Amino acid sequence: MSSIPASADRAAIASETKARGGARFWRLKSFARDRAAVFSALFLLVVILGAAFAPLIGHYGPDEADNLARYRPIGTLGHLLGTDQQGRDMLARLLFGGRVSLLVGVAPTLIAGVIGLGLGLIAGFVGGIVDQIVMRCLDVVFAFPMVLLAIAIAGAMRPGVLTEIIAITIVLIPYFGRLARTATQGVTPMPFIEAARAAGGAPVTIMLRYVLPNVFSPVVVYATTLMGLMIVVGAGLSFLGLGVQPPTADWGAMVAEGRVVLRRAAHVTILPGCAILVVSLAFNFLGDGIRDALDPRTIRR
Amino acid sequence: MASFLIRRLVGVLPVILGVSIVIFLLVQLAPGDATTVLLGPQATEAAKAELRQALGLDQPLPFQYLAWLKRMLSGDFGVGIATQIPVTSLVGPRFLNTLILTFSSLLLAMAIGYSVGLFAALRAHSLFDRLSMSVALLAGSAPPFWLGLILVLLFAIELRWLPVSGMQDMAGAGGAVDMLRHLVLPTVTTALGPAAIIARIVRSTVLEALSKPHVRVARAKGLGRAALLRRHVVLNALPPVITITGLQLGYLLGGALLTEVVFAWPGLGSLLYDSITARDLPVIQATALVVALSFVLANIAVDMINVILDPRLREA
Repeated sequence: MSSIPASADRAAIASETKARGGARFWRLKSFARDRAAVFSALFLLVVILGAAFAPLIGHYGPDEADNLARYRPIGTLGHLLGTDQQGRDMLARLLFGGRVSLLVGVAPTLIAGVIGLGLGLIAGFVGGIVDQIVMRCLDVVFAFPMVLLAIAIAGAMRPGVLTEIIAITIVLIPYFGRLARTATQGVTPMPFIEAARAAGGAPVTIMLRYVLPNVFSPVVVYATTLMGLMIVVGAGLSFLGLGVQPPTADWGAMVAEGRVVLRRAAHVTILPGCAILVVSLAFNFLGDGIRDALDPRTIRR
Repeated sequence: MASFLIRRLVGVLPVILGVSIVIFLLVQLAPGDATTVLLGPQATEAAKAELRQALGLDQPLPFQYLAWLKRMLSGDFGVGIATQIPVTSLVGPRFLNTLILTFSSLLLAMAIGYSVGLFAALRAHSLFDRLSMSVALLAGSAPPFWLGLILVLLFAIELRWLPVSGMQDMAGAGGAVDMLRHLVLPTVTTALGPAAIIARIVRSTVLEALSKPHVRVARAKGLGRAALLRRHVVLNALPPVITITGLQLGYLLGGALLTEVVFAWPGLGSLLYDSITARDLPVIQATALVVALSFVLANIAVDMINVILDPRLREA
């Protein structure tokens, strides 16, 4: 007698898993059909690998100055992308600079995503006075234009990569917090949460096991779409001299250095800017692709 | 109407208080002793002791904040470390120059964004639509400070049409025309990114409005294209578009700060840049405060415009 419902349950679970697997496959398929997103993902992979294995590519170090080979244009033999005003190899600087620029764009988005997700989840799930306090604090950060607050925070601290990461993380947290709170408030009144409560689940368990998975995916989508913008913001801070100090390479700092010799050798300015532009564009395409694949409302015809 | 404004202004007071706390805490972020941070490394021990007394630095943080707030409210922002000039007289004229740049950029971003977005929506999937949306995507992803340098390279160095930087020609006659010539490149630089975002939103909003039932009914009844657009499409598309435009204010202000550095435009951005290099914290604080306050007020203004345009919001 008791075995029948159990097997029925098992069948239900099996078909449920199948359906879920199907949905996952459908999402993957929908993402794979988005050519811009797939190409962007591959491109970013190449950029990340290039930055990671920078020491293995090319013959020059990023800070290796050569007074006899200054201002070489793009396409020079031995210096594929030319050299800057100190005779340093542009390709090597771009690859090594990519390490810093990618880190400054990606790390704050991830850290702020986790902190914002936590704050929004707690504010939305607990509600009441906790919600009020958290949201009013986030409102204060929203009152600043994003770039201004990042500049002011980084400007008060000692310049460096860590400073940039902290500054951008702080200005990003409210964006994730607000999103996670809205998503949490959308999930909390659902019947399955009510059922979990009726079954006697502890609030923390319910929050982590049933609410969190449903809030997770909008936050991931948002994080991907924000990374492109954060690469640009991070480069802006570096351009102002708030990040790595010379001679260390970083795309934003390279634009600032190239600016001095804009008339003489424009490629020193143009190349790092192109790197920022293309990588931020690729992140934007990737974000759009992931959003479309995860959002059931955007069914492709 | 007036009651809405008053409610909005009162509601924003706690936020302004929070903003002032954040700005006050900036000094705590700075490495080293607060007196060194505020007076600079060259300050004498006597001067430091005097400042410590005056600011109540031996007292707990909340008391220090209250004392600081009192001085701020009476307009005393301290003295710039690098220049030894009172911060207020340093920030004031710069603020005006930043406002000039921000407003001209806002106007340009709206003009480009609205017209391109509308045309793209009316000719959806046409060559113009696809081309303009691709350009918008590029412009939206490009770092503005770099875009500015590219524009300088093209229009100031190669073509020699416009000045490279500054606000006034030192040797020339000066005047309004000269300033406008200096304003062109910084304005375009600041406006392009927001214009791209506005264009994309206008396009999608107008496309959505065009597919609404009442628009189809009006079209079926034989209403002319111009009247249809004016009465049924544009008016309905306005509120979200105004909201997005308002959101761009933050980007415009932030972008203008960076653009100013590229073009040596004598506004708050250049001042901020110089202050960061000189580690001039009182000036950084005052600049951040002025920009944040104008941002808060601008957001209220955007809300007011929306309420005027959309009577449904007045109830809320």
